[in-house]
Amino acid sequence: MTQTGRLSPHLLRRLLLLLLPPVMLLSLLVGPVSLTPEQLLIPGSRDFLILFELRLPRLLLSLFAGALLALTGASIQALFRNPLADPGLIGISAGAALAAVAALVFGGHWLLGALGPLLLPLSAFVGGLAVTALVARIARTPQGISVTTMLLAGIALNSIAAAAIGVMKYFSDELTLRQVTFWLLGNLHRTDWSSALLLTALALPVLVLLLREGQMLNLLLLGEQQARLLGVVTHRLQRRLVLLVALGVGAVVSLGGLIGFVGLVVPHLIRLMCGPDNRALMPLSAMMGAVLLTLADVVSRVLVSPAELPIGIVTALVGGPFFLFMILYRQRGRLWF
Amino acid sequence: MVLTAQGLGWQRLGRRVLQGLDLTLAPGTLTVVLGPNGAGKSTLLQLLSGLQLPSAGAVLLDGKNLSSWSEPQRARRVAVMTQDQPLDFPFTVEEVVRLGAWPLQLPKPEERAHCHLWLERLDLDALATRNYLQLSGGERQRVQLARVLAQCGGDTGALLLDEPVSAMDLRHQHLCLRQLRRLANTGLAVLLILHDLSLAAHYGDRVLLLKGGQTLAQGPVGEVMTGPRLSALYDVGVDVSFADGTPRFRSFVEDDAFFQ
Repeated sequence: MTQTGRLSPHLLRRLLLLLLPPVMLLSLLVGPVSLTPEQLLIPGSRDFLILFELRLPRLLLSLFAGALLALTGASIQALFRNPLADPGLIGISAGAALAAVAALVFGGHWLLGALGPLLLPLSAFVGGLAVTALVARIARTPQGISVTTMLLAGIALNSIAAAAIGVMKYFSDELTLRQVTFWLLGNLHRTDWSSALLLTALALPVLVLLLREGQMLNLLLLGEQQARLLGVVTHRLQRRLVLLVALGVGAVVSLGGLIGFVGLVVPHLIRLMCGPDNRALMPLSAMMGAVLLTLADVVSRVLVSPAELPIGIVTALVGGPFFLFMILYRQRGRLWF
Repeated sequence: MVLTAQGLGWQRLGRRVLQGLDLTLAPGTLTVVLGPNGAGKSTLLQLLSGLQLPSAGAVLLDGKNLSSWSEPQRARRVAVMTQDQPLDFPFTVEEVVRLGAWPLQLPKPEERAHCHLWLERLDLDALATRNYLQLSGGERQRVQLARVLAQCGGDTGALLLDEPVSAMDLRHQHLCLRQLRRLANTGLAVLLILHDLSLAAHYGDRVLLLKGGQTLAQGPVGEVMTGPRLSALYDVGVDVSFADGTPRFRSFVEDDAFFQ
């Protein structure tokens, strides 16, 4: 603890680094089939295949999806100068989901073509980008971005997207319907190497570029005008952030469906522990997001084993109540009414 | 001349907020802007700081049009404190002040020393590790002022402040204004929007009276801040008396019908 009642970021970083290997190991070893160490060493054996063809890519996906969700959450919170903003709340995820569902329903033969694997992430990115730009545009005032307007616009866009998805579900056939429904719940269970590598390839540049903006985001927290007066070219910074967030969220949504609350809860937890300095908060959020989503994935595998609970349900079941407690704590300084 | 405004005008939705304003901010001079609410004082500051583009006239910084300066260059030359400070994240007081020093790009130890100096000067050293969001309105204002002053380095030529002490207690008003006076004495051009006539007369060199977006009068404090002028500015009676050479201001209402 420092003088300010905060946990030192270095300490938390070491703690998370310590947690990472056992959590990764857990994710590799736990599942409907228990793996035996001696079997693992034989190439081509059942256990070997499960580990390398199923669990390893899935681990990669949960790590990067968790890091992306938490880091885009932290970035959105700084961009809108609101600790309770989240890509889900303001409709970015819904926009990405809408575009991805449209691709699933209408994509038909394109999905099977050479560009098939890219179609879903690409349309999710475009959908996320469109909604982010729209929300930022609606909430824009001469003094900067109005947070109230942004949240209200988010509510409207969320329900519009939900309605549009509903219409598409209504007109789709049994198989597509099941695909869409399951995918929307948030899911990592159909991960293979191609989707894991695709997400990694998209995640790495987004993570690196967002992590470089820590101090810029700190300045933005002072206010848009204040940041400009300190020499930040705010409209360029905002455009950069919107693009990166849309790309990151689009990538996660397209491969994992809707996984809520990670982007909201993780940065908030870190802020409570270590303070709001984005230079420390952003890397810590990415690490904690990776750890927590991997853990949530493990939980989703064991809870109703041998079946699987969609991971979006796990994060919502844990994150939803946590979010309510956070609101209560902000309002009353305690965790209950 | 650091900052010059020539024939400055600004309109919004067809309403003329500011028109035909000429102003020169010279090094070593503290200029106070006085005027009733809605006179265009804050708009003037927004135009002088480059946050808004004028719809008429021009603002020159070192003789060069303000809009041709890049943001980082401008931030090293002019420091500005706006009235509205929307910070809503739990930074400590010291963290807030250090964000202000960012344009100077100092090495870490120097930045810390530079900011600690301002924390001390504004009586904030005891609050340095406190959460900004848990401070009172006057304390927050002092922290924001310290942040803006921490932006001043060797290249800084002008300092523009919109009601920087409005929420502070008497002692801290004087403490802060003395620092601004000292900065003016070291060669900065300081522009200060104030509502307190005594503070304006005590700390200012020059004064600009702004009413309905136009200049009512402009010049040295002693010449401009007269009873009739101030009465005309605020539409209430203002008496100026002198005790030991210090002006005293008293406002009064001549006629109750005026308010009905």
